[in-house]
Amino acid sequence: MISSVKASAPRNYRQTTTINLTMQTLLVVATLLAVAPLLWITGYVLVVGGSALKLSFLTKDYEAPELATEGEVIEGFPGVEHQGFERDERDGPNLDFVARGGVLHGIVGTMIITGLALIIVVPIGLMAGVFLAEYPDTWVTVVVRFACDVLTGAPSIVVGVVAYVLLVRHLGFSALAGSLALTFLMVPTITRTTEEMLKLVPMTIRDAATALGSPLWYATFTVVLPAALPGIVTGVMLAFARGAGETAPLILTAFGNHTLSFDVFGPMHALPLIVYRFTDSPFPSEHTYAWGGAFVLTMIVLGANILVRVVTAYTQVKGR
Amino acid sequence: MRVESIRLLIETKAVRNRILQQVYRRIHYGDTVFWLITLVFALVVVGMIGAILFVTLYGSAMAREQFGWGFLTNPRWYHEQDGVPIYGAWPAVYGTLASSTIAVLLAGPIGIGSGVFLAELCPPWLRMPLSVLIELLAAIPSVIFGLWGVLVLAPLFERHIAIPVSRTIGTTVPLLEGPVSKGGVMIAGMVLALMILPTIAAITRDVVAVVPNSQRELLFSLGATRWQVIWLAVLPYAFAGVIGGVMLGLGRALGETMAAVMLIGNRTTVSLSLFASGTTSAALIATQLPNREDALHESALIYLALILFAITFTVNALARLLVWRIAASTR
Repeated sequence: MISSVKASAPRNYRQTTTINLTMQTLLVVATLLAVAPLLWITGYVLVVGGSALKLSFLTKDYEAPELATEGEVIEGFPGVEHQGFERDERDGPNLDFVARGGVLHGIVGTMIITGLALIIVVPIGLMAGVFLAEYPDTWVTVVVRFACDVLTGAPSIVVGVVAYVLLVRHLGFSALAGSLALTFLMVPTITRTTEEMLKLVPMTIRDAATALGSPLWYATFTVVLPAALPGIVTGVMLAFARGAGETAPLILTAFGNHTLSFDVFGPMHALPLIVYRFTDSPFPSEHTYAWGGAFVLTMIVLGANILVRVVTAYTQVKGR
Repeated sequence: MRVESIRLLIETKAVRNRILQQVYRRIHYGDTVFWLITLVFALVVVGMIGAILFVTLYGSAMAREQFGWGFLTNPRWYHEQDGVPIYGAWPAVYGTLASSTIAVLLAGPIGIGSGVFLAELCPPWLRMPLSVLIELLAAIPSVIFGLWGVLVLAPLFERHIAIPVSRTIGTTVPLLEGPVSKGGVMIAGMVLALMILPTIAAITRDVVAVVPNSQRELLFSLGATRWQVIWLAVLPYAFAGVIGGVMLGLGRALGETMAAVMLIGNRTTVSLSLFASGTTSAALIATQLPNREDALHESALIYLALILFAITFTVNALARLLVWRIAASTR
């Protein structure tokens, strides 16, 4: 009996270590599988999109593709390369066309649509966040928090449909309707960050304010909110990034418009819309718009996110 | 000296009393008003949910009256019967479910694996950069995934996987049969998987990180290997939270528009093959609502939006419950 246990022990041990090693390797592989494609995507956007970037790309709006002059470089080639040359040979003449325009109208549109949404969202999100943080233990708070979670998970297209029914059906496609749709998506971000940030402000600070005879509202606006300001700004920037990257609601509301427009009651282009519309453009050279637009969009969104991280890290260190 | 300080005290006391009186006058009204104002804004957030429900219910009234529940199971998006147009949601609902299932099957194991790696095995110097990277990638707009999917991944997938597979295995398995079309359920599901990976990985990492160390130490003291600790102590403890994370990912995949609309091919028929093109609820709305034909068409699309909202609401609510339960039990 004892001898049989001894005999089997090494084999058991070996088996266990083998399983251990295999599974640990699999976990590493899973991480690589998760990170690699995502790096592939960002790398592609940065390299191909970056190559589309010149000054005129940022200062011009859309221009219809024109016949290339002798010796002119056809842009958007890195994308074409991976697309399979059979297809390009089939509709070969397209390669003779070159896109010389830019995405200024998209950048302006994104700023206007998202900025307008931000103007609506910030007061709502801020005050709702204050409510959640200052009156934490009522049933209303639970309901509001749940509503925030539902809004976070709501499909963006549904929100687009809501704005479509409310505004577009009566007024036609407009940037304003796009802002309204984005409002729904940005509110939960600001509300929840404000709440979290206000909760981080130590109770002692509130107690000190109350001990000095300050009512709750006065303490909130003069002591607590300023103390949490960097965090709240963070939330606003995250909401901006979230709104700027949304495409689906804009298809139903802002729709797109090839010229530079400041009219919020008319259709307006936005960067994500540009990426969407030019991805299946019949002119390969127009893929430049898609890649370049994607590059600018990524810069805005990642820039906001990275800035947020830097700010949070900095204030946390300072706070200690 | 003492008299001096007492006089000072009395003086300041008087000043403070005056201030306190003023302040108290403000307290009585101010705080109630403050409570009311913040409450109103908080209720605006709740009202937004109400607005979504009301608008989709109101806008879909015509289609709901005409088609009822049969809308869900009608296998044809549009056909005419005796000159009367009839809409059915099944092609869209099927496409949504099929592409999301593929996404979760692909992203689930990989996302959970990388989340566990980040929380359990990762050397400390790598943990921070990898976590930040995954969180940043979760912020990349979906349209960029779509762009990359269409111009980079789809051609590669078509040439090196879809066509060979459909010519070999596809001849016997109808799920993988040809012909391979430009966009399809499979490729859409793959890109959706990439999009929900960061969500699943981040939540798994968070719920695994809050598993108490006593759970691990017990098994380590019994001589368990790292994998045994993960498998026998950590994962069972964090199970509900991990499932919650996967369901949040599923919720995102179900409601995602851009990756689907750009990659699935947008054809309103149901075909068995995963390489054939189809459509999803979100994609159908995005492609057809801007150029709607008549009121009934529009109403049917809004009905579809209502169904989509109901599905994602259920999935997300379940997921939140699971994640909340984990968070509550560790407190």
